[in-house]
Amino acid sequence: MQNQTSTNIQDVKEKKISFKFDLQAYTLAIALVLIAAIFTFFTDGEFLSSRNLSNLFTQMSVIAVLAIGMTLVIVAGHIDLSVGSLVGLTGGIAAILQVWYGWNTISVFVVTIIIGAIFGLWQGWWVAYRGVPAFIATLGGMLIFRGMLIGISQGQTVAPLEGGFRQLGNSYLPYSIGYILAIIGIISLLYYTIRNRQKRSKLGLELTSGVMDYGKITIYSLFIMVIVYMLNRYLGIPVPMLIVVALAGIFIFISSKTSFGRSVYAIGGNEEAAALSGINIKRNVLTVFILMGALTAIAGLVLTSRLNAATVNAGDMYELDAIAACVIGGTSLMGGKGKIVGSLIGALIMASIDNGMSMMNIETFWQFIVKGLILILAVWVDISSKRRAA
Amino acid sequence: MSDYALQMKEITKEFPGVRALDNVTFSVHKGEIHALCGENGAGKSTLMKVLSGVHPYGSYSGDIYVDGDRVAFHSIKESQEAGISIIYQELALIEEMSVAENLFLSHDFMKKGLIDYNQLYAEAQKWLGYIGLNIDPRIPISKLSVGKQQLVEIAKSLTKHIDILILDEPTASLTESDVELLMDILRDLKSKGVTCIYISHKLGEVMEIADSVTVLRDGQTVSTDPIDELTEEKIVTKMVGRELTHLFPYEPRNIGENILEVKNYTVTDRDKTVINDAAFTLKKGEILGISGLIGAGRTELFTSLFGGLEGKKEGTVLIDGKEVNIKRPADAIEAGIAYVSEDRKRFGLVMGMDIQKNTTLAALNKVMKNQLIDSNLELKKAEEITKRMKLKAPNLEVAVEQLSGGNQQKVVLSKWILNEPKVLILDEPTRGIDVGAKFEIYKIINELAEEGVGIVLISSELPEVLGMSDRILVMSEGQVAGEYPRHEASQEKIMSLATGGNEDAKSNVY
Repeated sequence: MQNQTSTNIQDVKEKKISFKFDLQAYTLAIALVLIAAIFTFFTDGEFLSSRNLSNLFTQMSVIAVLAIGMTLVIVAGHIDLSVGSLVGLTGGIAAILQVWYGWNTISVFVVTIIIGAIFGLWQGWWVAYRGVPAFIATLGGMLIFRGMLIGISQGQTVAPLEGGFRQLGNSYLPYSIGYILAIIGIISLLYYTIRNRQKRSKLGLELTSGVMDYGKITIYSLFIMVIVYMLNRYLGIPVPMLIVVALAGIFIFISSKTSFGRSVYAIGGNEEAAALSGINIKRNVLTVFILMGALTAIAGLVLTSRLNAATVNAGDMYELDAIAACVIGGTSLMGGKGKIVGSLIGALIMASIDNGMSMMNIETFWQFIVKGLILILAVWVDISSKRRAA
Repeated sequence: MSDYALQMKEITKEFPGVRALDNVTFSVHKGEIHALCGENGAGKSTLMKVLSGVHPYGSYSGDIYVDGDRVAFHSIKESQEAGISIIYQELALIEEMSVAENLFLSHDFMKKGLIDYNQLYAEAQKWLGYIGLNIDPRIPISKLSVGKQQLVEIAKSLTKHIDILILDEPTASLTESDVELLMDILRDLKSKGVTCIYISHKLGEVMEIADSVTVLRDGQTVSTDPIDELTEEKIVTKMVGRELTHLFPYEPRNIGENILEVKNYTVTDRDKTVINDAAFTLKKGEILGISGLIGAGRTELFTSLFGGLEGKKEGTVLIDGKEVNIKRPADAIEAGIAYVSEDRKRFGLVMGMDIQKNTTLAALNKVMKNQLIDSNLELKKAEEITKRMKLKAPNLEVAVEQLSGGNQQKVVLSKWILNEPKVLILDEPTRGIDVGAKFEIYKIINELAEEGVGIVLISSELPEVLGMSDRILVMSEGQVAGEYPRHEASQEKIMSLATGGNEDAKSNVY
């Protein structure tokens, strides 16, 4: 009799939990759809046109790349305020190497990414091995990197770039390659699901219903095809978007499949328990900052390429956009919780607001105000939904 | 008028699942020093929290009389106004403020809306002089030793109107000379008519200072006696004198070779000796109970062996006869040691993470293939181990913060057992856990010992140590005070070793 009751209680608990999980994911999706619907309405459908979607994905790319790294940093329980300045500095270094010293594009890319990683290492060393709070270490970095940029560029705009460099941020994939990539993506999704189901049944684990699994794949596939079709109606898939998707894929894989990724979540969730579980806190935190630095350099390259120039103000305030994207996407500033996909949706929401409002010819100052309000609102929704669940 | 400063009658206080106080009666005469003794968890602190209003009126049943008048405190403030002041083990001082500012935190000396520092320092000097503490009231609290801080805390309570002073383990962190100073202050206060309630494990001090002693056990009053009718031994007997229940599923086992040997193990942190020349052995399939009072260095010894404690380590550690050098937990895990911490929320679990991931956190390499986590294999392993632990949870994707204490502890055990350790250190494995889950954990401990795992069982509950262990090691003040095999051990022997009393038992160390 007593067993009966306890099972019932567990059932109730289970339903509540799965409902909570769904709520968080759905809130984001609903918010995105709502924002899109509003802008589509006020722009007479222009917001969802092929041309604008292409612009939107290109515009969000720099922040999206930053948000991927920032998710790891915040999940590990830290913060990086220097990424805006570092975007400017790495972009500036890249432009200087090419414009002033005549380096070819490939070596510029490789060296810039390495330099970004080294700056990440510098910050990570202060945070992990010297115990300086990340807020301070990276606030310092924010000033140092901006100062270095002004110093090495002597306050000038460095331009113009070679064609190869410009293509990184401004070119599009041919239509056929776009479709081929989409189909490869869908097939690998299908393959992964089938293999996963086989493995689970071999290990004797419970299987989720086939309808659910394959239904999900159908929806994802449809979504991918629609996006690619829309983008191909204009100039094709923008290369910066491809970079975001590729990096997102790599980092989602790292965060869920490697012991490094698992350690980052554990460190952010409870550093002391993680340490007593044999996790090397310092080395993992250092790695997070190195990766953040490398990603920042990539973002710097994309930005410089898009602008076809490096300027002293490039990347100003990008750190706040990247952090906001993560937070809107459900990453907890307390550490331990957050998903890269969520942060990307957050970045898309932020970019949509910029894009949609400028299409509506609303003055720029409103963009700041609206983004600020949405940030507060997003966190409040998150907190109050947790409180209700508790 | 009554000659009692305080009477607590038929106090019962329940927490969810536990009756912390069961019909306790506690009476203190005016102007006496009354010691309150009992094992860890006997209900001393709860009783004092009821008295001081931490547990407000209405959350307990029974009556409290101060000076013969019935009182009902709804908050700490109300009990303070009635002249009751508590000094806890953890000090409530603001480190960066000066001694004077701390003394008068709640009533500043104001002059035209500004703090009058001259008067503040003069008053502070007066009170410091009163308790014989010769320090400059301008220096910040953080510059003082913990012992001096404790004395400042006492001075702070004296600045208010005070009839009853409660000291909870005041000497736990004091040096000999500070203890002497404290004793003098208490005698002086007594002569001025202040009533003192003195909670302490150190029976020597109790015998020296107290006028009468009340012993609590399992949330009940055992007795109240004047000090001249008592001896240390009598108090110990009263503290532990209960029959062992048949809660412990002990069965004799085959005990194998030495698996862990520790020799001349000393830990110093800065200038403080945390562990002094500890030595012991643990055999395959043996359950070694570790007993001792809070602060005896039990947790410190084993977290240090596990690589989780700062400080300089000297000595030899052998596992399976081979010397190991453990610098950090990863080395210990590598060597086959597992450590289940006494504070599972802080040191054991990532509360927001799900059960599956917590379970495999210390043994990720067991669920990896080609350097990558195989989440199916991970789920499989997690399911197997949690099933063995009889974990009750809807599924393994639930965050551990949603589980009950007992089930959380089973997740911690799962995590470490998944590692297939040779030596399993359990620090208070059943603290805050209901009886049913306790029994299941005992069974798991026995099973593991049966499989040949060497088990260290640190526990403050004497019946648990006596009921489960093959051998019992007693620690006192950072040292191994002695050891008893199962059939020779008794609560009285262990308590007197732990309180630093019985010299004969010390000769029992090898």
